[in-house]
Amino acid sequence: MNTEPILSIDDVSKRFGGVLASRNVSLDLYEGEVLALAGDNGAGKSTLIKMIAGVHQPDRGEILFRGQSIIHRSPQEVRDLGIETIYQDLALADNLDVGVNIFLGRERMKRVLGIPVLDRRTMRDEARGALKHLGIVLSDLSMPVQFLSGGQRQAIAISRAVYWQAKLIIMDEPTAALGVPEQREVKLLIKKLKAQGVAIILISHNLTDIFEVCDRILVLERGRKAGERMIGDTNEDEVVGMMMGRILDEG
Amino acid sequence: MDSTPPLDIPLRIRLLRLLTNAWSWLFLIFIIGFFETWSWVIYDRTFFGNLYNVQSVLLTATQILMMALGLTLVIISAGIDLSIGFIAGLAAVTMAVVIRAFPELPPVLSFSMGISAGIAVALVPGMINGWLIAKLKVPSFIGTLGMFGVTRGVAFLIAGGATVSISNSTAKAFGNGKLFDVVPIPVVVAIAVTLFFHYLLKYTKFGLYTYAMGGNIQSAVRAGVNTTRITFFIYLLSAFTAALAGLFYTARFSAGAADAGEPILLNAVAAVFIGGASLTGGSGTIAGTVIGSLIIAIIQFGLVFIGMPPFWQFITVGLVIIIAVLIDQSRAKIAQSTSRPAS
Repeated sequence: MNTEPILSIDDVSKRFGGVLASRNVSLDLYEGEVLALAGDNGAGKSTLIKMIAGVHQPDRGEILFRGQSIIHRSPQEVRDLGIETIYQDLALADNLDVGVNIFLGRERMKRVLGIPVLDRRTMRDEARGALKHLGIVLSDLSMPVQFLSGGQRQAIAISRAVYWQAKLIIMDEPTAALGVPEQREVKLLIKKLKAQGVAIILISHNLTDIFEVCDRILVLERGRKAGERMIGDTNEDEVVGMMMGRILDEG
Repeated sequence: MDSTPPLDIPLRIRLLRLLTNAWSWLFLIFIIGFFETWSWVIYDRTFFGNLYNVQSVLLTATQILMMALGLTLVIISAGIDLSIGFIAGLAAVTMAVVIRAFPELPPVLSFSMGISAGIAVALVPGMINGWLIAKLKVPSFIGTLGMFGVTRGVAFLIAGGATVSISNSTAKAFGNGKLFDVVPIPVVVAIAVTLFFHYLLKYTKFGLYTYAMGGNIQSAVRAGVNTTRITFFIYLLSAFTAALAGLFYTARFSAGAADAGEPILLNAVAAVFIGGASLTGGSGTIAGTVIGSLIIAIIQFGLVFIGMPPFWQFITVGLVIIIAVLIDQSRAKIAQSTSRPAS
């Protein structure tokens, strides 16, 4: 494993009105590592990932991505650097096909008789490749994604991130809305990404999932870091204790 | 590692989807057959074999289509534009007033000035619509309802409350002339504009973003699409095609009327929905809207032709709209039935 962290969060705090949504949180993440971000509702998980994604700016502290400060960048700039966030709603255009969804905002064009037109064929072919890269086989990419299952849609959102060479993928509850077989598919995908050297931050309420796919877990409690453990060094009881604020490493 | 099943869609779903997408074509063929048969039974002669009938149907369809083209973009983006009826009227009276103001100029010149002025003036409410909806986030129904009133008032003020008649040979030639003595000039222009809109919607990023915004606005926003700009241009284009409808009216009847487009508004809305657009946005095509416009034009002209009281038009078009919406809903259900299982 690389010794330089790909993402380094140093002592960030964020206040919304009277609420300290994030206080003095620090974190290092390495290539090919899967980190679970756990905590009860309102613990500050969303605030933390939105600060990484460029949606919120921290009041204090620093966030470095591959050695570069990202705290004053827009969400689009952060994405261009290689951090992709997959929110629960997936942000897929349900009425459009798989190829277009993967290329939305970065379309391929070609010229026909000198007139610029969308190159749907190329986008579809490249989408097929991107999905195959993750072990997903498609028969028909011209169907709107609304006709696909939840797990398949999740796979498309993940493929999009991978296609655009995300080095860090943040996933917000990727299995929450899925049936059991589809949860398994998504967990398989996470393992494949990890094998390809992608760093992953996984927000989840499901401790079984966390213990199955993650290397490390960071528990937040009312904005602060309750604890951080290698998965092998902890168990569900301890994690729940940290989530409830009964076990606290610092402060 | 191949535990992920292939992304296959059952054949039954494919067929149903095909049918719900193709029904407007089938319906068009059906009503053509219906009126043709009726014509033979009652009058013992052809309906669609008659050039004059076809020209009349096409001219009626052109009026509806011009208003419906821009509206198609609006509805795909999950909006609505209620102001296009009076935007058409505004363009119609502006053109007529300008042509009347310069009787000493050569007809070609005053006609060109009238056309330019009509379009320019009509783009103003389009820009205001765009600004209200894109920038100030006013719901399109309310924003364009407001502009419906404002444009209506301004159009009647410009017209002085009456129909503005003109006597301009170029306008007359444009509105009533026929290419090769067969195809009415407005139909030729409408075909060109329609092809351009088809290109815009199907082959450009602008069109793709219009669909994406209607499907899931967040998908467009997160993809870095400037949705404010796209929305603004959608309403501008809507005003543009409505203006063309108004100009065609003035040219065809040698008179501009403030309420020239108002009766066509609901037919244009109907044409877009019959053509496969959804009220919730995200679907619809220019080809569909062309079919929708033809269907309504054939119903309108056909009912008159077979001697039904004209009020039957309203009833028939109304029923067709309801059928279109029912089919749209069944399409949504098909989508749901294949989508993710309840968690």
